[in-house]
Amino acid sequence: MERGVFTQLVITFGTISLMAIGGANAVVPEFHRQMVDVLSWMDAPTFARLFAIAQTAPGPNVMLASILGWHVAGTPGLLVATAAILTPSSVLALACSRGLQRYSGNHIVRIATLALVPIALGLMLASGIVAAFAADAGLIGFAITAGTAIVTYRSKVNPLVPMAVGTAAYVALWFAGLV
Amino acid sequence: MATLETATDAPRPTLSDLFTGFLKIGLMGFGGVGPIARHIIVTERNWLDDRGYAELIGICQALPGANTVNAAVMLGDRFRGMAGALICVFGLMAMPLLSLVAIANAYDAVSDHPLAQVALTGAAASAAGLILGTAARLLTKAGLARWAWVMAAVAFVAIGVLRLPMLPALLVLVPLGLIAATFGARRI
Repeated sequence: MERGVFTQLVITFGTISLMAIGGANAVVPEFHRQMVDVLSWMDAPTFARLFAIAQTAPGPNVMLASILGWHVAGTPGLLVATAAILTPSSVLALACSRGLQRYSGNHIVRIATLALVPIALGLMLASGIVAAFAADAGLIGFAITAGTAIVTYRSKVNPLVPMAVGTAAYVALWFAGLV
Repeated sequence: MATLETATDAPRPTLSDLFTGFLKIGLMGFGGVGPIARHIIVTERNWLDDRGYAELIGICQALPGANTVNAAVMLGDRFRGMAGALICVFGLMAMPLLSLVAIANAYDAVSDHPLAQVALTGAAASAAGLILGTAARLLTKAGLARWAWVMAAVAFVAIGVLRLPMLPALLVLVPLGLIAATFGARRI
């Protein structure tokens, strides 16, 4: 039996919520897999564009879930998706906050951080690769991805600057008939 | 021992203090809410001192979900219980969500236009680079042990290259990481 869109949003995003170690930037590949491959709610380029919008918009990067929900089911979809991505991890944070105040949790926190930071960073790198392929912008697209990555890696400018430059470069190349 | 040390001389913030504080964090957090969250929580509102904030963020990083959202939940709950947690998350998300709806509707209006398609394709390629660059910088600055580099590499290959489903991958990777971290921490 096919589930309703909202039920599916709650199940899918609720599960992703608990996997988002280091925030939404760790789970871009899973969002992509679910939206494009498993549920077929959008194609890869559409996913990549919504991802770009979520990166440009102000606020926590979990809002990737919000805009995916919006694409699937409008404003109600946005609200359901946002609630689904926020609730499980927030409930866990609440439980941990109360638990750690009762017992000294410093040691547990240290071990968990040591274990999760490398996994989170590997996943973040994976997110970048999956997003780069989803963008489907050809060789020039990869060149722009690489250029933005190098600028971000080397300097501390506001992330919106390399993003604006990369976008402008791609548009200029389109006008020049190169893409 | 309480894990979160509040600044000693500050009175307990009210629900409306919490709401306006996190509303401001959400409003001002263009291009990342992290730095502005610290400014408001520590410097402007004096809710936590530097050590307390570092501890709070440390716990948030060890939990799934956005760090700032988790920080909102924990601070709200600490000062005003469940209602405080809800108010803080609501305050944090309200303005970003409103602007996202505006952006999404603007996108809808122009999404069939070829120029908009091209611009968003370029933005998508750039956004991917943004994440790659940030990940690379964090990786080189994290001072990872050799086993931790292996964990990062395995996570990257499993999810980014092989495109495995994330849930089973994490159910293997996280316990392995916890075991490695326990032994790694004991040696130091």
